[in-house]
Amino acid sequence: MGILIAIVAAAVRSGTPILFATLGEMIIEKSGVLNLGLEGIMLTGALSGFSISFLTGNPWLGIGVAFLVGMLMTLIHAFICITLKGNQVVTGLALTIFGTGASSLLGQGYIGTTIIGLTKIPIPGLSTIPMIGPIFFNHDPLVYVSYGLVIFLSWFFVSTRTGLNIRAVGDSPRAADAMGLNVTRIRYLSTLIGGGIVAMGGAYMSVAYTKMWTEGMTAGRGWIAVALVIFAIWNPVRAAFGAYLFGGVEAFQLRLQVAGTSIPTPLLLTLPYFLTIGVLVFISARKGKGILFGAPGALGQPYYREEGE
Amino acid sequence: MRKLLWVLVLVGVVMLGTAAWAFDPIPAQELKIGFVYVGPVGDGGWSYAHDQGRQAIEKEFPGIKTMYAESVPEGSDSVRVMESFVRNGAKLIFATSFGYMDQVQEVAKKHPDVIFMHCSGYKMMDNAGDYFGRMYQARYLSGMVAGSMTKSNIIGFPAAHPIPEVIRMINAFTLGVRKMNPQAVVKVVWLYSWFDPAKEKEATKALIDAGADVIGMHADSGATAQAAEEAGVYVIGYNNDMSRFAPTKCLTSSVWDWNVIYKDIVQKVIDGTWKPENIWWGMKTGIVKLTPYSKDVQEEVKSQVAAEQEKIFNDQWDVFTGSIKDQSGKVVVPEGQRMSDKDLLSFSWFVEGVEGEIPKSN
Repeated sequence: MGILIAIVAAAVRSGTPILFATLGEMIIEKSGVLNLGLEGIMLTGALSGFSISFLTGNPWLGIGVAFLVGMLMTLIHAFICITLKGNQVVTGLALTIFGTGASSLLGQGYIGTTIIGLTKIPIPGLSTIPMIGPIFFNHDPLVYVSYGLVIFLSWFFVSTRTGLNIRAVGDSPRAADAMGLNVTRIRYLSTLIGGGIVAMGGAYMSVAYTKMWTEGMTAGRGWIAVALVIFAIWNPVRAAFGAYLFGGVEAFQLRLQVAGTSIPTPLLLTLPYFLTIGVLVFISARKGKGILFGAPGALGQPYYREEGE
Repeated sequence: MRKLLWVLVLVGVVMLGTAAWAFDPIPAQELKIGFVYVGPVGDGGWSYAHDQGRQAIEKEFPGIKTMYAESVPEGSDSVRVMESFVRNGAKLIFATSFGYMDQVQEVAKKHPDVIFMHCSGYKMMDNAGDYFGRMYQARYLSGMVAGSMTKSNIIGFPAAHPIPEVIRMINAFTLGVRKMNPQAVVKVVWLYSWFDPAKEKEATKALIDAGADVIGMHADSGATAQAAEEAGVYVIGYNNDMSRFAPTKCLTSSVWDWNVIYKDIVQKVIDGTWKPENIWWGMKTGIVKLTPYSKDVQEEVKSQVAAEQEKIFNDQWDVFTGSIKDQSGKVVVPEGQRMSDKDLLSFSWFVEGVEGEIPKSN
C-alpha cells in the first residue's frame, strides 16, 4: 500500500510541469492557434524562474517573472501567426529552438548553484486523510495552484461568456467575427496567457522540483504536453489525468526496477505515446464530429477577414 | 563491372595512402583543435569536465586555437560537426562520447591528414586513436566508502544506460562496497538518459523509499546528489565534486581530471610523435581521483582505502582481479586472474551483490 501511495504521489509530482504546459497549450489551442514552441517556452520559464529566485531569494517573484517571460515568448508567436498570418508550425518550432538556445546562453552563470525554492507545505486537515492526503495534499504550493487551474478552466470554458467566446473563435472564427467578437484580440490574449502558464510549468521544474538550473532540463516534457493536449481531447480534467498518467509511467517504471521486476521499461515508457496515437486515430476516424469532442475546428488556420468581399 | 573495378582501385590507393601517412610536427600557433561534446558544457558533469580540459590546453599552449560544439547528438549528426571542424582547419579532433565511435571512423577515413581521438571507444585507424581513464579504480575506492557507511545494507545506484562503461562502473563500485561489507547490495535503476535532472531525482527518491541509505550514481547532472541531501541520506558523487549539491551528505566523489591526458596528447601532436594508440590511463596519472572526504568518513576507513589505492598505484593488483562471481554466484574470474582490457571494455554482466538487470538484446 505504502509503495502505491508513493508511486501516485510521485506521479503527481512529476506530472505537474507537464500539466501546466498542457493547460497553457490548451488555452492557446482553444482559440485556434497551434503553438509547438512549448519546449522553448518552458526552458525560458525555468531559467527566468530560477534566476529571479536566486537573485532575490523569493521563489514567487521568480514564478511571476517566468509567467511574464512566457507571455513575451508567445508574443512573438502571436505577432507572426495572428497579425502576419505566418505558418504556425514553423513559428512554433522556431520558438522551441530559440528558447532552448537563449536559455542555455543566458543560463551559463547559474549552473551549479541551488536555491531554497518552494518547499512542501502539507495542507492542514486534508493531508491527514488516508490515501488521498499523502497523494494530493502533501506537495509544494504550485501543485495546489495547478489543481485550482484545472477546476477553474473546466468551469471557465463551459460556463463563462469569455470561455465560450474563446471556443467560438477557435471553432469558427468567421462565425465568431460575424457575432461581433474581435478574433484577433481574443487569440492574442489566449496565446499570451497560455504562454505564461506554459512557462510556469518550466519554472515549477527549476524552482520547486529540482531547485537547480541545467541546460535543456525540461528534457522533452514540452513535446509530451503537445501530445497530451490531443490525448486529453482539449479537456482540462482529462489533461490532469493524462499528465499524472504520463508522469506516473515514469515514476512507476523507476519503482518497478527497484522492486526488481523484469517488465521491459522502454516498452512501458512508450505507452503514453501509443495511447496518444490511439486517441488521434479515434478522433480522425470521426472526422467532422471532432467539434463534439472538443477539438477546435479552426486549429492551426490563420483567419483572414477578407474585408474586400 | 568496370565501375566496380575503379572503385576497388580507388579504395586500394586510399588505403595505401593512409597506411604510409606520417604526421609532421605542428607548431602550437598553427594547431587548431576541435572538441565534440555530447551534453551542454554547462551540464556540471561529463561535458563540463572535458571543457575544463580544453581550457587547460589553451592555457598550457599559448597561441593554440580550440573550437567546440556542444549538445551534439550521438550518431550521424556528429559527422556534420566533425566535417565542419575539418573545413575550419582543425588538425586534431576530440570526440568525447562513446556513441561517436563509428562516425569518427567515417570522418577519419575521409581526412587522413587530420588526427582523431575518440574518448571511451576501442576502434582505431592510422589517424584515429582512443583515450580514456580507468575511472573504475576510483569507483572501487568510493564503493569502499559507501560500504562502510550503510546501515540498511542497501545502496541505491541510478545509472544512465546499460552499456559496458556503466556496467563496469557499477561492478567496480559494488566490489568496493562488498570489500567493506559483504552483506550490502547495490540496487540499480536504469534512467535510459544521460541527462534528465527530474528523472534522476525521481529515481533517487524511489531508491530511498526502497530502503537505500547511501546513494551512488552514474548520470550527468547534480540532481541525484541534491535529492539525497534533501532526504538526509549519504551520496557518493561522480564526474565532478558533488558536494556543492549535497554539502553535508556527499561522502566523496570520483571525478575526472582530463587536463593531464589532453596536455599529453596535444604535446605529442605538436612534437610530431603522435601514433594511433588506445590510451587507458590509470588513477596513478591523476586522470581520475577522489575528492576530499566529508568529515563523517572515519579515519579507519580512510586508511583502508589508502591501502587499496596503494596496491592499485603499484600495479600489484587491480579492481577486477579474481575471484569474482556473477549475480548467480558462479565464479567467472578465477582466483588471482585479472580481466583483460578487452573484457573490461565489453562488460555485459553484473558481479555478485548487484541487484538489477541488464536488458537483453542490446
